[in-house]
Amino acid sequence: MRYHTSAPVLRRRLAMTKPKTTHFDTLSLHAGARPDPATGARATPIYQSASFVFPDTDHAASLFNMERAGYVYSRIANPTCAVLEERIAALEGGVGAIAVASGQAALHLAIVTLLGAGSHIVASRALYGGSHNLLDYTLPRFGIATTFVDPRDIDAWRAAIRPETRLVFGETLGNPGLDVLDVPQVAALAHDHGLPLLVDSTFTTPYLMRPFEHGADLIYHSATKFLSGHGVVIGGLLVDSGQFDWGGTGASAGKFPTLTEPYAGFHNMVFAEESTTAAFLLRARREGIRDFGACMAPMTAFQILQGIETLPLRMQRHVDNTRLIVAFLNAHPLVESVAYPELPGHPDHALAQRLLPRGCGAVFSFAIRGTREQGRKFIESLRLFSHLANVGDAKSLVIHPASTTHFRMAAGELRASGITEGTIRLSVGLEHPDDLIEDLSRALHAAGKP
Amino acid sequence: MYVTVEGDPVYVYTGTRAFERARPTILFVHGASNDHSVWALQARYFAHHGNNALAVDLPAHGRSGGDARPSIASIADWMSALLDALGVDRAVVVGHSMGALAALDMTARYPARVRAVALLGPAAPMSVSDVLLDAARAGEHLAFELMTAWTFSAVSHLGGNRQPGFWMTTNALRLMERSRPGVLHADLDACHRYAGGLTAAAAVGCPVLLVFGQRDLMVPPKDAGPLLDTLPNKRVVTIPECGHSMMAEAPDAVLDALREFTGSLP
Repeated sequence: MRYHTSAPVLRRRLAMTKPKTTHFDTLSLHAGARPDPATGARATPIYQSASFVFPDTDHAASLFNMERAGYVYSRIANPTCAVLEERIAALEGGVGAIAVASGQAALHLAIVTLLGAGSHIVASRALYGGSHNLLDYTLPRFGIATTFVDPRDIDAWRAAIRPETRLVFGETLGNPGLDVLDVPQVAALAHDHGLPLLVDSTFTTPYLMRPFEHGADLIYHSATKFLSGHGVVIGGLLVDSGQFDWGGTGASAGKFPTLTEPYAGFHNMVFAEESTTAAFLLRARREGIRDFGACMAPMTAFQILQGIETLPLRMQRHVDNTRLIVAFLNAHPLVESVAYPELPGHPDHALAQRLLPRGCGAVFSFAIRGTREQGRKFIESLRLFSHLANVGDAKSLVIHPASTTHFRMAAGELRASGITEGTIRLSVGLEHPDDLIEDLSRALHAAGKP
Repeated sequence: MYVTVEGDPVYVYTGTRAFERARPTILFVHGASNDHSVWALQARYFAHHGNNALAVDLPAHGRSGGDARPSIASIADWMSALLDALGVDRAVVVGHSMGALAALDMTARYPARVRAVALLGPAAPMSVSDVLLDAARAGEHLAFELMTAWTFSAVSHLGGNRQPGFWMTTNALRLMERSRPGVLHADLDACHRYAGGLTAAAAVGCPVLLVFGQRDLMVPPKDAGPLLDTLPNKRVVTIPECGHSMMAEAPDAVLDALREFTGSLP
């Protein structure tokens, strides 16, 4: 008999069988891209065209009606952006992605694709200030409420879930205290309640963590940061795992009518019937990008693609430099504390070792002993670290969150997010680590002078 | 829409057009551990061009209930029962992979029901490798990984999807991962054991379209040699640089092949 194999033999044979898969580094360079069929260009061309010619009227109608694959108008889809969308989907292990104008646009698109007035979000309170603004101040005006919880308190996540909750949201590494989100635990809780887990994976990138492998359902990135890597573009990416059951059966049944009921705005299409795996992405593109319009420009997509080509190399160097700087600061007498999960004293140390074995990124905060004035003096004495509001640049950056990125938050909220008046956030770049440490050492010395 | 066939609820995707008995019908039948969604583009096209496009979820697949049918012949019987349930006398039947074998068998045994048949990625016999059968029988995720590895051409493994923003290989993997326990093995076993392909081919009297992916590793076109030699009244389309997942890898080429074929029918 062909396959009446004994169990031990079968186990051995199956264990030895490894289907060929393409490695992360190779996908970083090639996923989604083929040599241009028209010209042979090896680099992905920048299709700087608003529209695309239809061969005939039937073809045009077929494209509009999702009967054929192709391009109509660059707000909906663009060939350069599509390469980027495939690339990030490949790197994250998702079924697809949508490139949008910014990380904020990606968060907005995820929310408005699933939620409407009367819906509720449960979110980590350790969020980027811009995300906090959207959830806490802006979305309530549109009838969407958010409850913020301590990301380390699973009981708080559970207690915050209401009948009208439709989304659970956190950052893989919280900004700026580097709270490590326990993605498997929070995802399991969300799934028990029929809810998807959306994570902002900007600080980790797929090189450091692939959240879908831990149970997340949706990922977004501010591609402005490490993915593009050079601080030259603004862009966002929203990725779908294709694993969430949007409501056929089980706990999610009836919770996501935007995907499971006919949509009058697109031929009464039921997106969950149209695509078993990618209903979310279909709705996000056919409604969210079409109507809200926060699309990515093809030139931006090209620049992010250039960045992603070297993502594995850059992220490793970012992490290597960060480890050296963390060690330096942690031993410095003028430094009160360093928040980096690889340090044994960080509350998420054990979790980070499990979820982030390659490293905990290159953005972290530390606190200087002394007055606010000494903090000011430290920042203004730096020469290589640029004082600006961004992270994930090839060049090293520094900022004082309490007076900039998180300044709208009340004192109590700041404390809850792990930010004090003395907190300084660094984004460690790709310079030689000795030069960065020398810069920090000199600035600390200046700050320590009476 | 849902219809009851042999006592079980069956989901049929109709391309967001209501089924009308008076229209010509095209029945789309998916392959192993797949569902109706693999036909979304092509079915929508035909639904919006004067046909009933019926992309079915076979029993135990997708949204349909029931148990996976244990043989190609029983799938073909079920397809005929589906047409009965819908009150459709004759249809063009389009099948992919396992669905192609079922379409072939149905054409031979229910000639009055099949106006024409399109076989995508076919072979007869369609032998399945031992390791894939073993992995599927053991319920190992490896089976889905092997299917994903073999069902796309090498070039498609690096993407370049015609559908903007979708990553084909993970899409295929996620779809198969939704299979109920035992379904993949039942499907593959049915393909592997189907011995009636050439007999069925010899009995086919209606027009036949065969579509091959030039780089199909799952069901290499050369394995269809005996089938090609046996089938009368056939036209053959080979899609360059395409693998077995041709509806995803080359959706327009598949559609155009089907359009030209159905347009040529008397």
